[in-house]
Amino acid sequence: MGFKEFCFRKSLWVFHFGGASCNNCDIEIIDCLTPRHDLERFGILLVGSIRHADVLLVNGSINRRDKDRLLELYNQAPKPLLVVAIGACGCTGGIFAEGNTFAGPVDKIIPVDAYIPGCPPKPEAIIAGIVKLAGKKG
Amino acid sequence: MGRKTLIPIGPYHPLQEEPELFKLYCDGEIVTDIKWETGYNHRGIEKLSESKTYDQVFFLVERICGICSTSHPFAFANAVEEIAGIEITDRAKYIRSVIGELERIHSHLLWVGLAGHFLGYNTVFMWAWKYREPVLDLFEMITGNRNSYAMFKVGGVRRDIENQKIPAIRKEMSVMRKKLDLLTGAVMDDPVIHARTKGVGVLTQQDIIDYAAVGPTARASGVDIDVRRDDPYAAYPLVNWKVITAQAGDVFAKAEVRLLEMYESASIIEQCIDALEKMEEGNVALKINDIPEGIGTGRAEAPRGEVFHFVVSDGSNSPARHKIRAPSYTNIATFKKSCIGQTISDATISLAAVDPCYCCTERMAAAYDASTGEKILNANELINLSLKRTSEIRKSDAGHE
Repeated sequence: MGFKEFCFRKSLWVFHFGGASCNNCDIEIIDCLTPRHDLERFGILLVGSIRHADVLLVNGSINRRDKDRLLELYNQAPKPLLVVAIGACGCTGGIFAEGNTFAGPVDKIIPVDAYIPGCPPKPEAIIAGIVKLAGKKG
Repeated sequence: MGRKTLIPIGPYHPLQEEPELFKLYCDGEIVTDIKWETGYNHRGIEKLSESKTYDQVFFLVERICGICSTSHPFAFANAVEEIAGIEITDRAKYIRSVIGELERIHSHLLWVGLAGHFLGYNTVFMWAWKYREPVLDLFEMITGNRNSYAMFKVGGVRRDIENQKIPAIRKEMSVMRKKLDLLTGAVMDDPVIHARTKGVGVLTQQDIIDYAAVGPTARASGVDIDVRRDDPYAAYPLVNWKVITAQAGDVFAKAEVRLLEMYESASIIEQCIDALEKMEEGNVALKINDIPEGIGTGRAEAPRGEVFHFVVSDGSNSPARHKIRAPSYTNIATFKKSCIGQTISDATISLAAVDPCYCCTERMAAAYDASTGEKILNANELINLSLKRTSEIRKSDAGHE
């Protein structure tokens, strides 16, 4: 077991970064934590500070104002860190990619480990993405 | 004089799912001033809209806000149909209202949950969000997606609600009423919620008028406005329902208005599906070939208040100008009245009480000075710049003459 696998062996704590999004992905992420899906069963917890997190969830297209802040958050995070881009906007910029304030999809700014496409992805898809990621690393 | 403290909330605060920055200036425990900064969510939607065809704009305006993803297409459809002078079929009207009201139920349940969360009452949060799920299931059954339904188009709706789906909707509505009874009872009778919300974040009728607040925020302070009744559209004039108002103007009154509105929504949906059942299936969209030149305004009552869309058509296949005003734009300004003088712990629920939606509000981008990267031009400075340029052009034109 390598160091990275060792780090992700137990409960994954998640920090959520909502970029310039339409809110749908944010709501679906919170939906994952509420009774129907309840990801907290598996120890997946939304935390208030990036310094406590194992996973950085990024959704929404990233505009010029968000870009530096996302980079700063990534730099502040303890490594190893898993970065997950959620939704069409997180993966490619989606419908907002042609916008005048668009500053590149998430993977142009920070390295991304997993993409969960969909507009918005269903909570089931988000869970499947996290499970795949955890399986790959753990 | 105590020392003034600045408490920043955001831009990426665990309390909020959207990025925005509040600066609470505090003297001890008391909030003395509040400032907010947005722009983290600006996507240039109005500009993007000009590059899309009328059919495509619906997918774009739907993604202004994920929670009001019917209200924006609703208002845009109203605006474009005003330009083209289109009267949609009755079946399409009923379907539009069903989708609009289902959205209101899910949005209000979402708010009740989040308000519970802000009060530190996570049971209400989990409870309300559990009850919200069946509404999303209905959406998935009708439209194929849990959010962003893609139901609207110019001249009608994209897909029918087949009669075989109607019993499921009716059953869910009757179950929903029982759930709402439970939830409303629990929220209205809880002494802790009373203590935390009564007399907190009070907005008087005059404040609402001064700040031009709309929606449940205004109705909770006794201002009786509702676009569905005042400027009728879709099937709202064809069904019986009433506008819910309360007088107190505090957070509790806002919760009360929203909870009771959900019953009205359920009643509207039931009346609409009764009417749908009696009609023949199909015939939900008119064939629209082109949009004539003209100016159109469209209004719709979103869960948060009045959505306003202004569309200028030059006769081509995409809007020449598209202006959007979301309800939160005016509602957010009421924070100046509701938060100042409160304690910090009451400020968060006062902020949450208007159900602010920042992705709806983000219409203005601040401009950076490219050479220094420091200076930010705000709206007034941009306007002054524009005025200056106009006067210069006028002067030089006058010189030519």
